[in-house]
Amino acid sequence: MDRTIARKSWYRRNEIAVTPWLFLAPGVLFFLVYVISPIFQSFHLSLFEWNGLGGENNAAKFVGLRNYEELMTDSAFEVSLINNVKWLVLYLLAIPAGLFIALFLNQTVTGIRLYKSLFFFPFVISQIVVGLVFTWFYDPRFGLLNEILGWVGLGPVNMLGDPDLVTYGIIFAGLWPQTAYCMILYLTGLNAVDPEQIEAGRLDGAKGWRMLWHVILPQLKPATFIAFVVTIIGALRSFDLISIMTNGGPFGQSRVLSFYMFEKALSEYGFRMGYGAAIAVVLFLIMLIFISYFLWSMYREERGH
Amino acid sequence: MTTFKTTLAALAASTMIAGTAFAGGHGAKLSGDLVIFSDMSNPAPRAVMEGMVERFGEMHPDLNIELTVIDREAYKTQIRNFLSANPPDVANWYAANRMRPFVSAGLFEDVSDLWAEDEFANLASTKGAMTIDGAQWGVPYTYYQWGVYYREDIYNDLGLEEPTTWDEEKANCQTLLDNGIKCYTIGTKFLWTAGGWFDYLNMRTNGYDFHAALTAGEESWLSSPVRETFENWRELIDMGAFIDDHQTYSWQEALPFMLRGEAAAYLMGNFSVAQFRDGGLTDDQLDFYQFPTITPGIAKAEDAPTDTFHIPSGAQNKEAAREFLRFVVSAENQTLINNGDNLGQLPVNAASSVDNDEFLQQGFEMLSSNSPGGVAQFFDRDASAEMASVAMQGFQEFMVFPDNLDDILQRLEATRIRLNGN
Repeated sequence: MDRTIARKSWYRRNEIAVTPWLFLAPGVLFFLVYVISPIFQSFHLSLFEWNGLGGENNAAKFVGLRNYEELMTDSAFEVSLINNVKWLVLYLLAIPAGLFIALFLNQTVTGIRLYKSLFFFPFVISQIVVGLVFTWFYDPRFGLLNEILGWVGLGPVNMLGDPDLVTYGIIFAGLWPQTAYCMILYLTGLNAVDPEQIEAGRLDGAKGWRMLWHVILPQLKPATFIAFVVTIIGALRSFDLISIMTNGGPFGQSRVLSFYMFEKALSEYGFRMGYGAAIAVVLFLIMLIFISYFLWSMYREERGH
Repeated sequence: MTTFKTTLAALAASTMIAGTAFAGGHGAKLSGDLVIFSDMSNPAPRAVMEGMVERFGEMHPDLNIELTVIDREAYKTQIRNFLSANPPDVANWYAANRMRPFVSAGLFEDVSDLWAEDEFANLASTKGAMTIDGAQWGVPYTYYQWGVYYREDIYNDLGLEEPTTWDEEKANCQTLLDNGIKCYTIGTKFLWTAGGWFDYLNMRTNGYDFHAALTAGEESWLSSPVRETFENWRELIDMGAFIDDHQTYSWQEALPFMLRGEAAAYLMGNFSVAQFRDGGLTDDQLDFYQFPTITPGIAKAEDAPTDTFHIPSGAQNKEAAREFLRFVVSAENQTLINNGDNLGQLPVNAASSVDNDEFLQQGFEMLSSNSPGGVAQFFDRDASAEMASVAMQGFQEFMVFPDNLDDILQRLEATRIRLNGN
């Protein structure tokens, strides 16, 4: 008996323990190389002054925390940061909006599948197209928005040209596809709602808002959590809409951190890798708050069951 | 991104005679690979680039030329990667300060030896723009004038003449405004169009030398000459000379205002002529004038951006690359590629001839005989990249909120000091 065990190869002996790791290895490796190490590289790079070009006599210069000091006094950074907060807060409107559309569509009428698809449509089309459509919608001369405002006697407004309105205009455009996304999450969630509980609620006299709040919503908690996660991530990834609709303008008033980082480090006129990395680090720290929260609640969830 | 490969084997036999005739000048027989990265991605420039490769290939049948054309906007950000990671033998770029980051990083090859050759004497007009630290770093293949393109028919209807002084300019503008027409269309969404206005207003108000010193970071943005420039600009803004909501439009989106006659003129580069014509304006409706004098007695200077070829310092086949640069600047090639059927721009080589097109002829005359002050490249090519981006954003803000001027100038000055010291 002893001999047979000894003769088995090391792999055979440890098969059960090792195999999962073998399967995970490629993923882990790529995750380390393309996700984890760039995070630390960014931290490192943010302490340097470097124009991103290779070549001889062009080494990065260590400047300590000076990039961060400059951020503190940079008014463009402040504007971007505030805009990021606006995005995070207002983008969450997609969750209730998605919920109500889902409740509205959660009925059995002929052709409801078609209506559901139509409502989901904005999420399917590219953000670039969404941006272009809304740019035309907002166009101060030929846009539909001013036409509609005209009917009710409100003056023309240049949504994307007004530094005070521009961010709200872009967020609104972003809400269009994001609402559709939340809607689909809630529609799936509603399928799993227990009819018996609703029945029980009815017998106890619950209806309307009370039914929604005390019976339906608690059962939709998993869907709400996912909707919250994707919306927060969506808000922090708001790069493409800004790039296509305003290019950060007018005069930089619609920039968010990710766009400002791109502009400083990678765009046509951006040669400040260190400064860009410092902006990226700040953005990462903001994201870290949410990521930690997500991970923590998921962990708690798993423990709970 | 597409790759265009000339199959030279097939051409070799038929073009042997032509090949020896052209290549004779520099003796050496070229072989191996020549890799060219180009940003000439619009239809006409692309055809020009492919044509040049084909003709150069015919001259050097043993050379295998690989041309990669990259989208012009994408190229601006890709160049910094490929110059150090995967350098081609020849690459497009722009003149003046726009090439400085690559020059100081040691990524462009010093081509002063080419400029010392006799042929290059004909390129003297752009030598300054190609020079950094006393050496030349590339060669020009085309340039174009900037100026005011206007609706001749509208001017005639209202009895207006091409203005030559600032007062005439403003009087014209007032007449146009009284007739419900904006004086200028402009789209500042991508900022650089406002840079063009600043260039002209500053060069006309304070002259070329001050402008050059300012863009080089040697003059203060808080100085009184700069303020005068902005005061002149403000006169137009306060009159309502520019179309409304220009901060929302790209330069192409601002074209319809002029095409429909809602605005009468456009300060723009000559590349806009093709767009005007595509938009339906005939040569009877469209004309051109040089930006008028503002401060009397100051020598006029013009913007004439020059597009260039360079050899990356990491190039593999520098001998062939140099020969290609010689070929690009030759009078014959420059006449051909810049004619109306091709780029429709101005050749740099003084020995080449300019197309008969009305606008090219006017531009050529203006640049060769009526620009004694000097020739600037363009704001975002003369100023350093970071200064240009901050400044042009400030110009846009000024055009929308002229009252913010103090704040804007403070910001520009802070940027200048950080970049250049005092």
